[in-house]
Amino acid sequence: MSWSRDDMVRRAAAEVRAGQIVNLGIGLPTEVANFIPADSDVQLHSENGLLGMGPFPYDDEVDPQLINAGKQTVTARPGASTFDSALSFAMIRGGHVDLAILGGLEVACTGDLANWTVPGKLITGMGGAMDLAAGAKRVVVLQSHVAKDGKPKLVAQVTLPVTALACVHRVITELGVFDVGGDHFVCVERAPGVSDDEIARGTGAVVRFG
Amino acid sequence: MSAARDGKVYATVDDALELLRDGMRIMSGGFGLSGNAEACIEAVARRGVKDLTIISNNCGNQGQGLAVLLKNRQVRRVVCSFIGGNPDLAEQYLGGTVEVELNPQGTFAERIRAGGAGIGGFYTPTGVGTVVAEGKEIRELDGRKHVFERPLRADLAIVRAAVGDRLGNLRFHRTSRNFSPLMAMAADVTVAEVDRLVEPGAIDPDDVHLPGLFVKRVVEVRAHKNVIEFRTTRKRPEGSGR
Repeated sequence: MSWSRDDMVRRAAAEVRAGQIVNLGIGLPTEVANFIPADSDVQLHSENGLLGMGPFPYDDEVDPQLINAGKQTVTARPGASTFDSALSFAMIRGGHVDLAILGGLEVACTGDLANWTVPGKLITGMGGAMDLAAGAKRVVVLQSHVAKDGKPKLVAQVTLPVTALACVHRVITELGVFDVGGDHFVCVERAPGVSDDEIARGTGAVVRFG
Repeated sequence: MSAARDGKVYATVDDALELLRDGMRIMSGGFGLSGNAEACIEAVARRGVKDLTIISNNCGNQGQGLAVLLKNRQVRRVVCSFIGGNPDLAEQYLGGTVEVELNPQGTFAERIRAGGAGIGGFYTPTGVGTVVAEGKEIRELDGRKHVFERPLRADLAIVRAAVGDRLGNLRFHRTSRNFSPLMAMAADVTVAEVDRLVEPGAIDPDDVHLPGLFVKRVVEVRAHKNVIEFRTTRKRPEGSGR
């Protein structure tokens, strides 16, 4: 039994440590916020200029000028601050964001990440993805283990356009948790009932089992 | 001096934007459709100036905001970081009628900041090993590769602020600040449309987000559409008052 989407998100939330400044990427990583306790001292950073992001607003609290990087309406927790984009990315680039949890298309065992575009598909732009990947102190990628066509997404070398080199520390998929090891991945945790063989078959690089 | 102006304060956005010309480089504040200088964008559309370079994080979205200028075929080039959810831009980019220069968002912000701060360029680790670094100088600093990025400037910046005074001092609301103060610094002329115009002194000096010397023209615009791209809410728990 591999992990469900919810299991993966919950496992990603376990990466978050007390007191950390955390940036959650668009898509599945955004849902990690649902598993961070409301009374936690973790502060969520949104790169459009908000530190201390709170949950979605109640219907009568919606402020069109208070949004997250996915352009969803959000709230500001007590102690939150707002700022311009240069300061926001100084936080990221300057190593002041402890953890970024991002989506991925391909991760190499060298830590190289591809997550911003697929040649031949409609281009959307990198937004803040390259800055976050290159700048956050720790980068955890939350993604499916293989692509829809069955191709491995944990690989020896990325084939898609790169977001940042040697930036990823850990990958969480439905099959388990994998750390980058240079010329191999280290499986540090398996989803229940998932065999080493199943992981090895779905991975495009050497996997060592810890 | 035109009758439509009192110091920096203009009666309408059309008066404040009288300087619009074909081929201008225009910076426009906002993140997606949030915090846009909506009335200024409409005025640019009304004037019909062409061959514009738009420097803005998104260049509109969902057919609204700056996307109206795309629909009108007024735009020749876009410098931005994200074009997802913008069918007008995608279509004209693929059709070859609009040029797009994509930047990592932090590099985009810093290039604009550098443009306004008199910095000739900067080295950043963002983009090394990616398409962004192609053709640019790479330099190893403190053991890490950096790419050299040049500043961005514009002829005109259009920004929205929550409060502005007659001297151009601005205060923004929540996440609408984003690129606006940086753009105001990096343009020859900045037009600020403010929700509320106040007298000097009404904004405490410590609460000024952007000092007035960066703003040449101020217009009060009370009504905004405030388009929400994704209205996400949660349910209020039963029996929790209000």
